[in-house]
Amino acid sequence: MRLAIVLLAALAAPVLADEPARPVPARNGSAFLSADLRALQTDDFANPMALWVRRGKDYWSRPYQGRSCAGCHGEASASMKGVAARYPKYDAGADEVIDLARRINGCVVGGLGAPKLAAESDDLLGLEAYIAKQSRGLPMSVSIDGPAHATWEKGRDLYFTRIGQLDLACTSCHDASWGKTLLAETISQGQPTGWPAYRFEWQRPGSLQRRLRACFNGVRAAMPPFGSPDLVALELYLAWRAQGLPMEAPGVRR
Amino acid sequence: MLGRIQVPPEVKRGQPFPVRVIVQHPMETGFRRDYNGKVIPLNIVERLACRYGGREVFRVELGSGIAANPYFVFPVVATASGEIVVEWRDDRGQSGRVSALVKVA
Repeated sequence: MRLAIVLLAALAAPVLADEPARPVPARNGSAFLSADLRALQTDDFANPMALWVRRGKDYWSRPYQGRSCAGCHGEASASMKGVAARYPKYDAGADEVIDLARRINGCVVGGLGAPKLAAESDDLLGLEAYIAKQSRGLPMSVSIDGPAHATWEKGRDLYFTRIGQLDLACTSCHDASWGKTLLAETISQGQPTGWPAYRFEWQRPGSLQRRLRACFNGVRAAMPPFGSPDLVALELYLAWRAQGLPMEAPGVRR
Repeated sequence: MLGRIQVPPEVKRGQPFPVRVIVQHPMETGFRRDYNGKVIPLNIVERLACRYGGREVFRVELGSGIAANPYFVFPVVATASGEIVVEWRDDRGQSGRVSALVKVA
């Protein structure tokens, strides 16, 4: 009987030994905001990201030399539903894990023949926000199986590696100390579900990679460039860590 | 310039209703520097005004202390069905306009 229970437990939860524990209970970034900012995020009119969502929507339907995003993908509310929750994702063409921004640019350059959208440009953030909004409320569900697993392992290792002059790893704050206060702010769990987000410190929207770079800078480490394999791997690890949490992009952050 | 406006779908005559406006603008203070140490030049919306039925009902003069992408909510008393128009202009002469139809019951 006891053996049967052990066997059942093993079958029900095939936990890999190398899977680190995730924060319990998992909480979205908005749980660590003030009530005002939380209200702003859910207000579809006053959320400043709505301006960029509209920009993305315009880009989506605007023809470029006779072709448009909508020409292939149709209504974003149907075709893009749940897509952002599955990124970063292994891409067979690139033969590596790519983030949503690179996937968008793949379409912009390869599909439309339009010039590549620069990192953190209004059009790219707009498209990301517009696409992410179609997944609002849906659970994060990235795949770390098969060819994506090596990237996930790399992201996990980065997450636990102490870096910078302050000698801190992501885990030092976001696993060991979430909920505690750092200067005037509450440390979050580092869940990536609200990005791209409007960050008041920046006075404009930014991508998750910009936010991650800010953390590198915060611990006095060299910032990896936008789109670098390190940032993509970290993004994948964070997305896996947030598995099941509902998406709240486009978010509002301090 | 991009902006958004929102009014309730239907308002009662004689009653105040909220007009909500958000304007996409960097509102650069002129005091900040970029990564190379160069001053980022001033660029702010100087003036925003709202007309309702041809009459000005709200006007604001903005300074460099206002955050980027400013958001305004102000009450207007419903008199007659008509167009609410909000226009703004920044220090470089760039302007924007949004409008909404008010239905007074």
